[in-house]
Amino acid sequence: MTETILDIRDLAIAYRVAQGEMRAVDGASLAVPAGTITGLVGESGCGKTTLARALTRVMPGNARLAGGQALFAGRDLMTLPEAEMNRLRWREIAFVPQSAMNSLDPVYRVGTQLREVLVGRGGMDRRRARARAEELFGMVGIEPRRLGDYPHQFSGGMRQRVAIALALALGPRLVIADEPVTALDVIVQRQILDQLLELQKGLGLSVILVTHDISVVAYVCDRVAVMYAGQVVEAGDVRTVLTRPAHPYTMGLCNAFPHLDGARGVLTPIEGAPPDLLAPPPGCRFAPRCPFAVDACRRQAPPVQAIGGTHLAACHRIAEAEALRARAARVETWAAMAETVA
Amino acid sequence: MSGPRAGVPLIEAEDVAMHFRVGSALSALVGGRPALVRAVDGVSLTLMRGESVGLLGESGCGKTTMGRLLLRLLRPSAGRIRFDGEDIAALSGAGLRRFRARAQMIFQNPFEALNPRFTIAAALAEPLENAGIPRAEWAGRIERAMELVRLPDPGQFLARRPHQLSGGQLQRVVMARALLLDPDFVVADEPVSMLDVSVRAGVLNVFREVRARLGLTAIYISHDLALVRYVCERTVVMYLGRVVEDGPTEAMIEDPLHPYTRALVAAVPTPDPDQSHAPLPIGRGAPDARNPPSGCRFRDRCPLAHDRCAAEAPRPTRIGARTVYCHLHG
Ligand SMILES: Nc1ncnc2c1ncn2[C@@H]1O[C@H](COP(=O)(O)OP(=O)(O)OP(=O)(O)O)[C@@H](O)[C@H]1O
Ligand SMILES: Nc1ncnc2c1ncn2[C@@H]1O[C@H](COP(=O)(O)OP(=O)(O)O)[C@@H](O)[C@H]1O
Ligand code: SF4
Ligand SMILES: [Mg+2]
Ligand SMILES: [Mg+2]
Repeated sequence: MTETILDIRDLAIAYRVAQGEMRAVDGASLAVPAGTITGLVGESGCGKTTLARALTRVMPGNARLAGGQALFAGRDLMTLPEAEMNRLRWREIAFVPQSAMNSLDPVYRVGTQLREVLVGRGGMDRRRARARAEELFGMVGIEPRRLGDYPHQFSGGMRQRVAIALALALGPRLVIADEPVTALDVIVQRQILDQLLELQKGLGLSVILVTHDISVVAYVCDRVAVMYAGQVVEAGDVRTVLTRPAHPYTMGLCNAFPHLDGARGVLTPIEGAPPDLLAPPPGCRFAPRCPFAVDACRRQAPPVQAIGGTHLAACHRIAEAEALRARAARVETWAAMAETVA
Repeated sequence: MSGPRAGVPLIEAEDVAMHFRVGSALSALVGGRPALVRAVDGVSLTLMRGESVGLLGESGCGKTTMGRLLLRLLRPSAGRIRFDGEDIAALSGAGLRRFRARAQMIFQNPFEALNPRFTIAAALAEPLENAGIPRAEWAGRIERAMELVRLPDPGQFLARRPHQLSGGQLQRVVMARALLLDPDFVVADEPVSMLDVSVRAGVLNVFREVRARLGLTAIYISHDLALVRYVCERTVVMYLGRVVEDGPTEAMIEDPLHPYTRALVAAVPTPDPDQSHAPLPIGRGAPDARNPPSGCRFRDRCPLAHDRCAAEAPRPTRIGARTVYCHLHG
């Protein structure tokens, strides 16, 4: 068995909002094996960014830890004293924020921003910092002479490369990248993912890659966790989860995807929208949109169960997964939900 | 019937160019000449009535600019565009108003396309008012458009503001708005790129259905061939302001003729965990519309470039129903 670098157990993060407290992450569990890329996938608002940010403990002012642990090499990141947490940031755990390419400071040259991390955070002298900055640019495929450029002189794809270089600056073991290729066109997206794979292999990094796109997961990830309404509803190795999904939500996600292979059939959307997190439905959170929901689903939250190996899912009908997959492949199964959820 | 190209042309663009003059204050100070951005640089394109064409290419290749030219939201620097036989540059007064109603744009970002302070009802009334449609017709038209985009029970949505709708619902409202005036022609600019993958399917289905039901002539702009495939029988690939390939979408996927199309096909994301990880057959670097290479504009990123590619711009070569602009084929 490979070592687990990060073990997230029953994590809950709540936001204080006008109407009360909302649990954006609500009992999420996930193990990240060392030296792998683990995908965190789910639709907008399901809590991916909240979970990812919580791991760095840099959270918005209205957020609080509402329960659970995140064990990094055995130590709980959630209760670590701030000074120690600060020592881990950049050096051990690095974060590439969502739309990182727009988060570079427009008034400073990119080299200056990189050196600030190397000198300010890493305590390098100017000379070493310069050499390291050049090395980092080389690593992400940008000519070192462009360290003197301003962010606006770079394309979106290049700025995303700079953001990755920043994250790698102090040689972290774990990199958390939030939607690193969303909003880039297909060619640039592919080139960035190739770069990420190469770096991860070369440096032996552990990566958590947040995305709403299962094709990104299929291309780069070893493992994947599927999130729905603040919870991890399915997890396992990528091949198993994408080819033999056990949770109806994952089945739906795989269906809805337009691709180039096979017939140009009808795409099958998952009708309806995720639940209001201020008042999540009792029982399974997916039940209102699930074509296979039975009474038990509306009463009782399904527990996370193992299906085999490291494949886990939280669904009452897990034993029937194979039969449900066959039904989920048919357009009518999901179309029938259109009336119910409207 | 003899295929989708048969019939009457609705749109004929002839050698259209759009050059933007961009001068930075700094370059003016040091006496530099303002740069010329060749966003669109000699595009000819004919759309038959009822045809739906994908406009495909990387960011910055001129897709949106081409779409805006066809809708007369921009005036071309050169070339001519005819709509239903008439030169759109010559339209004015009532003729221009009629054209504006018949040719509509569906914007990329539904969150920006609608004013956040207006209700959905107000957003839908605005184009009707501007077009001088009698008030008595409004409710009927709005109801019909909402029904077309499958927002059943419009009463439920009309009083809401944009932030109270999901992205998928919002994009359908934007689509409904473009349909209110019974257009013949719509340009949809990456209508699902801002949406989550899980709701894209619903919006694409609606677009496909509406197009077929109304017999619309449509341009669907995207950088993702998998999306274009889903709504368009024919695809036009652009690179740095020019067309590089034009033909039936399925044939293009099976056997891309232009080296750039080959890279685009290989780059399409797929949910298959066993897909190839071979490097894309394309050089790195972003195309620069201020400084396009001589000859074939793709040559500095083309894995198959040879001497002739720097010397001459490739001319169109017809291969069956397809047209390709590449020295490997002509
Ligand atoms: N008003 C303008 N002034 C100057 N340059 C412009 C203007 N509009 C577009 N451009 C430039 O023209 C080129 C083509 O832009 P366009 O928006 O048509 O590309 P696109 O193919 O739609 O790209 P994307 O996929 O990013 O939307 C780009 O280099 C762009 O920066
Ligand atoms: N600072 C905040 N205050 C209140 N609610 C928030 C805040 N940040 C995010 N949320 C809400 O928390 C939920 C999860 O958001 P997020 O973690 O950003 O999801 P994802 O990254 O999966 O799209 C959403 O309902 C979102 O609106
Ligand atoms: S528990 Fe029930 S409602 Fe939830 S996913 Fe499984 S079948 Fe559907
Ligand atoms: Mg997010
Ligand atoms: Mg555009």
